[in-house]
Amino acid sequence: MHEMSLTESIVDIAVEAARKEGALRVTRVVVDVGALSHVEPEALEFCFAAVARGTLAEGARLEITRLPGAGWCPDCGKTVALSERFAACPECGGFRVQMTAGDELKVREMEIA
Amino acid sequence: MCSVCGCGEAQVVIDKGKPAGGHAHATDHAHSHDHDHGHDHDHDHNHDHNHDHDHHRHHDESVIDYGQGAAGAHAPGVSQERMVAIERDILSKNDAYARENRRALAAKGVFALNFVSSPGSGKTALLARTIEALKGRLAVSVIEGDQQTSNDAERIRATGAPAIQINTGKGCHLDAHMVGHAIETLDPEPNSTLFIENVGNLVCPAGFDLGEAHKVVVLSVTEGEDKPLKYPDMFVAADLLLLNKSDLLPHLDFDVGLCLANALRINPRLQTLVVSAKTGEGLAAFVAWIEASAARRAAALAKG
Repeated sequence: MHEMSLTESIVDIAVEAARKEGALRVTRVVVDVGALSHVEPEALEFCFAAVARGTLAEGARLEITRLPGAGWCPDCGKTVALSERFAACPECGGFRVQMTAGDELKVREMEIA
Repeated sequence: MCSVCGCGEAQVVIDKGKPAGGHAHATDHAHSHDHDHGHDHDHDHNHDHNHDHDHHRHHDESVIDYGQGAAGAHAPGVSQERMVAIERDILSKNDAYARENRRALAAKGVFALNFVSSPGSGKTALLARTIEALKGRLAVSVIEGDQQTSNDAERIRATGAPAIQINTGKGCHLDAHMVGHAIETLDPEPNSTLFIENVGNLVCPAGFDLGEAHKVVVLSVTEGEDKPLKYPDMFVAADLLLLNKSDLLPHLDFDVGLCLANALRINPRLQTLVVSAKTGEGLAAFVAWIEASAARRAAALAKG
């Protein structure tokens, strides 16, 4: 369950930024998770409440934005949608697609009070 | 816990019969939310349903400490909730430690490999055998990661190589911070090679850069040809695949070609070697790969 460590990082980042802002609590945290990243969003949600307990982010809502995957197919010479890292190009069926988007793992913004 | 305002469990008081209860949700919250959604308050809790309790008065004007802003903020003196942009990678902390490890290793000319696999693929036996093969050619030290026990570090020390054990406890992977401490303690010789044997787990270690030059994924022929398809992240993260336990192939229906084809579908840049820690098959090629990769890395670092 590496989602636990990732969630700890999310809470650390939010709490650190909240302190810098002089906030007293964090009420919402928005994270971007790419569809091709090695993370299960449900597991992040599951861990978040437990990890945030006792921090400025206790009780905050975790909002996960799923970003779609995309890749560059050298055979078609264009960017195509990618549903899995190793998926074939939806246009030509080839397996040479290089992922260009979808592995994001980022704390985008948060709401503080 | 209240998923709207985030009041802690111990503070939430929602009476089944009186939805608003002592809670300000029904009236004062300016950030609009729909009470028809799956608001999962536990109505069977053992709270005293006293509406005058002190610790949670959202809209009691007499409690001056609580913010009275439109957002119904709980914080004293703060009248409005506000959004703050952060834009930080979730792994940024680990990656910062990893960069520091990489810098420290490069300063001493240490070439580090991070070995990842599922439990039981034969990593430790393979490392012990490789250390024997490298004797007199390249000094090796080892960081062993496991949830519990020092068994693996002892197996490595039996080869004469210095080894340090990290027990992750409940942790499912090594992170760059743990490895940084281990590198400090182990203090590898200048221009040596460092093997990091990660926790046996084909999922979690994929995401954590430790500061290594390359991840090496070990797969054994008893595991099934489709493992690269089932656990793609690790095969994407790795630069070399060692297909281990080749001595067992005569007893199995394992299709080496299919397995390697699957791995290359996931990661077209992956290099592959078929090896056996038992018979030593393929180890000369692996040793050559280590020496060539270490030399190439040293040359790249010298160039800056």
